[in-house]
Amino acid sequence: MTGLDFGVIQRALPFLLEGLALSFFLTAVAMLGGVILGLGLAVIRLSRWKALSILAAGYVNGFRAIPLVLVIFWFYFLVPLALGRSVSALQSVVIAFVLFEAAYYSEIFRAGLQSIRPGQWQAAYACGLGYFQTLRLVVLPQALRNMLPLMITQAVVLFQDTSLVYVISLRDFMTSASIVANRDNRLIETYLVAALVYFVICSIGAASASRLSARWRPA
Amino acid sequence: MNYSWNWSILIQPPYLGWLASGLELTLVISISAWILALIAGTLVGVVGTLPHRIPRMLAATYVGMFRNIPLLLQLFLWFFVVPELLPSGWGFWLKRDLPFPELWTSMLALGLFTSARVAVQVGSGITAVSSGQRMAAVASGMSPAQAYRLVLLPQAFRIVLPPLTSDFLTVFKNSALALTIGVFELTAQTRQIESFTFQGFEAFTAATIVYLVIALLVTFFMRTLERRVALPDTMGAAS
Repeated sequence: MTGLDFGVIQRALPFLLEGLALSFFLTAVAMLGGVILGLGLAVIRLSRWKALSILAAGYVNGFRAIPLVLVIFWFYFLVPLALGRSVSALQSVVIAFVLFEAAYYSEIFRAGLQSIRPGQWQAAYACGLGYFQTLRLVVLPQALRNMLPLMITQAVVLFQDTSLVYVISLRDFMTSASIVANRDNRLIETYLVAALVYFVICSIGAASASRLSARWRPA
Repeated sequence: MNYSWNWSILIQPPYLGWLASGLELTLVISISAWILALIAGTLVGVVGTLPHRIPRMLAATYVGMFRNIPLLLQLFLWFFVVPELLPSGWGFWLKRDLPFPELWTSMLALGLFTSARVAVQVGSGITAVSSGQRMAAVASGMSPAQAYRLVLLPQAFRIVLPPLTSDFLTVFKNSALALTIGVFELTAQTRQIESFTFQGFEAFTAATIVYLVIALLVTFFMRTLERRVALPDTMGAAS
């Protein structure tokens, strides 16, 4: 083992930061899209329309049963074919992540919506609110409070999962670190620093999730 | 969509053999990683519920380390970094003499990664067993080890069996990451079929179906097990 040289990180810093920015961007887009789509899926799944509800359940359980890597490969291969033109790796990955995360956020929403007692629905209906008004004004605000810690935990998992874009060589933080590690032949230093960066970011996320859930014990 | 279908590609040699050997590796990695995760996770989970502060902190550090670094990076750390940091004799052995290093590395990395989740589940299961039982066990003359082995753990496992099922399924999915260090498990094989034949649709469909079937089988098996071992007073809640 030769001496360690952490100068490699300093020299490659702009490149690594660009990768980190892409990791955050992917996390944000996948979370936003996943939350919106996931809410829709959860509402459909809990609705009275039997056929739609079964379809939504199939979507959620299907995506939850297969590895994210396979989903990334699927869309990397499928999106250009479906659109009939070549698309960038980033576009196909964004679609894959949004659709994949939707399945997980849908389960969080479903648990959150079910945590609200039926009396709340009945009271809102008795006051003359419609279904969507009740959802928006009465149930969701309370459910969101219960769900927020879980949503942050899922965001931390998602942030770690964005590292999987490595398999199609999209330059997120993980891929950038691996490029630097191999180019400068500094695997030890680069991977250790990358691990530290992920560790610090994810620990902050995990700590804020557990602080929130300690403060907001469901009433 | 302009695509020429050829489903028979999946049953042609050598592609069928590739799929079969991929499935075999996926199963081997997942099951051995799961066994390692159960052993290490139970140990850490027990340590995390001991009455002293220092073991509890150690367990929390273990869980934090393995949970807050992406699995892909953990694989790379075990594969590329750890052999360099070990004494040079060991490093040499790992790199030169150990057969199938990528296979052993993926089992170890996936097992330890999963053990952190198992530790959290087992820990919460032990906490869920009422503290009166721990005191009663000690009061009736059991040593702490006996209390854990005979009273706390048997109940804790039965309480946390449902969440452990979903962790078990996650191991199968996560085993796909072994392809990044060159293990030709199921996902890697389908990727290879795609690049050899350009029949990506058929290849990925095959893998998807296999993963779905594994998920269904594991879920069915575990539900049966859960029903058989559920604690009497949680019978209604577990189903």
